[in-house]
Amino acid sequence: MLRRSFLVTLVLALGPAVTTAPVLAQTPGVTATEIKIGNTNPYSGPASAYGTIGKALGAYFKKVNEEGGINGHKVNYISYDDAYSPPKAVEMVRKLVEQDQVAALFQTLGTPTNTAIHKYVNQQKIPHLFVATGATKWNDPKNFPWTMGWQPNYQTEGRIYASYIMKNIPDAKIGILYQNDDYGKDYRKGLLDGLGDAAKKMVVLEQTYEVTDPTIDSQIVNLKNSGANVFFNVTIPKFAVQAIKKAHDIGWKPTHFLNNVSSSLATVLKPAGLEASKALITALYMKEITDPQWKNDKGFQDWVAWMKKYYPEGALDDQANAFGYTVAQAMTQVLKQCGTDFSRENILKQAENLKNVEFPLLLPGIKVNTSATDHAPIEQEQLAKFDGERWVLFGEMLEAIRK
Amino acid sequence: MSLRAWTLGAAVVALAVAVALPFTLTNFRLFQFSQVYIYAIALLGLNILTGFNGQISLGHGAFYAVGAYTTAIMIDQWSVPYGWTIPVAGVICLVVGFLFGIPALRLEGLYLALATFALALAVPQILKYFEHWTGGSQGIVLSKPSAPWGLNLNPDQWLYFLTLALLVLLFVLAANLLRGRTGRAIVAIRDNAIAAQAMGVNTALYKSLTFGVSAAYTGVAGALSAVTVAYVAPDSFDVLRSITFLVGIVIGGLASISGAIFGALFIQFVPNWAQDISKAAPWAIYGVFLIVFMYAMPRGIVGSLRLAAARWLRRRAEPSAAAAGSRR
Repeated sequence: MLRRSFLVTLVLALGPAVTTAPVLAQTPGVTATEIKIGNTNPYSGPASAYGTIGKALGAYFKKVNEEGGINGHKVNYISYDDAYSPPKAVEMVRKLVEQDQVAALFQTLGTPTNTAIHKYVNQQKIPHLFVATGATKWNDPKNFPWTMGWQPNYQTEGRIYASYIMKNIPDAKIGILYQNDDYGKDYRKGLLDGLGDAAKKMVVLEQTYEVTDPTIDSQIVNLKNSGANVFFNVTIPKFAVQAIKKAHDIGWKPTHFLNNVSSSLATVLKPAGLEASKALITALYMKEITDPQWKNDKGFQDWVAWMKKYYPEGALDDQANAFGYTVAQAMTQVLKQCGTDFSRENILKQAENLKNVEFPLLLPGIKVNTSATDHAPIEQEQLAKFDGERWVLFGEMLEAIRK
Repeated sequence: MSLRAWTLGAAVVALAVAVALPFTLTNFRLFQFSQVYIYAIALLGLNILTGFNGQISLGHGAFYAVGAYTTAIMIDQWSVPYGWTIPVAGVICLVVGFLFGIPALRLEGLYLALATFALALAVPQILKYFEHWTGGSQGIVLSKPSAPWGLNLNPDQWLYFLTLALLVLLFVLAANLLRGRTGRAIVAIRDNAIAAQAMGVNTALYKSLTFGVSAAYTGVAGALSAVTVAYVAPDSFDVLRSITFLVGIVIGGLASISGAIFGALFIQFVPNWAQDISKAAPWAIYGVFLIVFMYAMPRGIVGSLRLAAARWLRRRAEPSAAAAGSRR
């Protein structure tokens, strides 16, 4: 009796499973009126703050569909929660590929989660486009031809700071604070590579934190006590606020390089205090949407109008929503270029065929380029200094130099 | 028919269904069910410790991680065939669990829960520390094994059968262990440690051993998860994993062997359903599920089933009082 109920439960659990034996279509995920695009995002778990990107993508495709879709096809965007957990990401991506039969994966978020599915999607030959992570390994078309990055990678940005330091602060004593994972280490590696032999002399102290730590106060105190006059701050927004505040409170005034990840006025600089944030330096590739200088910019105003109409519950001061909007425009561009051939091969081919494309929320002058050997769409950044009110761009547009 | 005969018959049918599944389900569903079996093994391990022996652990995610990393490192560094790594993971977790069980003897109830919780917190960071072997936060990428001996199965089907076979084996072993003399000693310690000692049970040894066996089960589950997911990283083993295991055994039914399967089904599928219901607040929905389950089935799924079965058998037996004698 006991186990019979178990059986009943089992059959109930399986009911929906058995009924979905999909028929292999000529072009997976594409019907006469629709194209299926799959995504995973952390809607729950430690990185759930990023989940708004996944929602913004959906909202953008809603706009695309309302305006008639792409070459007669509506975009059916399917996004699942992976809670930033690699095993869950594998499960959800397999669901997208094997059950939902998506034509392509787009903007799957997170370095560990994408690492977990990297091999699988390449074996299955699924376009794995514009992944939402700044790690360097996504630009490896030789070994992983189906995977493509999006944003400038962290190592590139680290090298940009290094070259600025070498040129402008010859007596630099650098203190580094970084998150103890891929993201933090990539930034650190970029900086150290950029400094080259000078790194040994210049870097006086390195401190790390875990993403689960409650505070980083002691690390900041240690950095100050090390005598560093340059602070390379590789932290996500929550810790960036703490770092800026703490450094200010204990009267430490180094040349403070803040990684792009935390360049938002609304979520970082304002909570940390505009006074404390003065003279911060960062590298930008997008218009910082909470920066008043873009208030009358057409691209910005279009974005606000879109937010109000299609994603009203989203925060207007969260850069992630602008990020999602822009990368969804890139995906739309790829699909438009596909014409009527939405086969996986052609989607990849068109993704590799972006030539000097500009997007309204990227900094003026930034052009997106890809090819079969270049899977890094955005490779330009510009330095900016915070003047207490806005990011003031300075210097030239910096191209990432490939090594 | 007696309850025992019903149970045995149902178990055979359940097994037959489980064996038939790979030929009716998609590979993705097979992957999900492999996960269920893996969770079931881990939950059984935790249930031996918490349900049967009364020691609360909030740190079994740590043993799960140790098992997974043992397998991943052996495959990655020394190219050991994955089949050999699974028992090794079990043995290593047995030893680690036994050793951890010795100091844990001094801790009771909630204090032990805290100590094990510390283990769950520490392990992901320790993994990052030994970057040379563990790959740090990048983790270790593995290859999915294909079926051996020329079996005509795809990798998902093969892994499904492998996890199912290990599940059955480990369940039978656990049933034998718990139904015998050892099992009585384990339960006696939970019910009244002093009385158990007075009857000649070596409580210290039994408690440490139980800890070891429990960790070994969870370690084998971790090893299997490394093989089926083909990737391990510290992010896979956060604190939530340990708590999820505890949720699983309580929902499934404490001190019940088959409860592990129900608990595993719950922790695998309910979060997905919660997500289907609401993307905005999946954990709130999950919480509602939890509360409803606890309210409707305060003794877990198996506890409630047992109760219902007993009632049903009694009602059936009442008209024909003669049959009452055969009831167990």
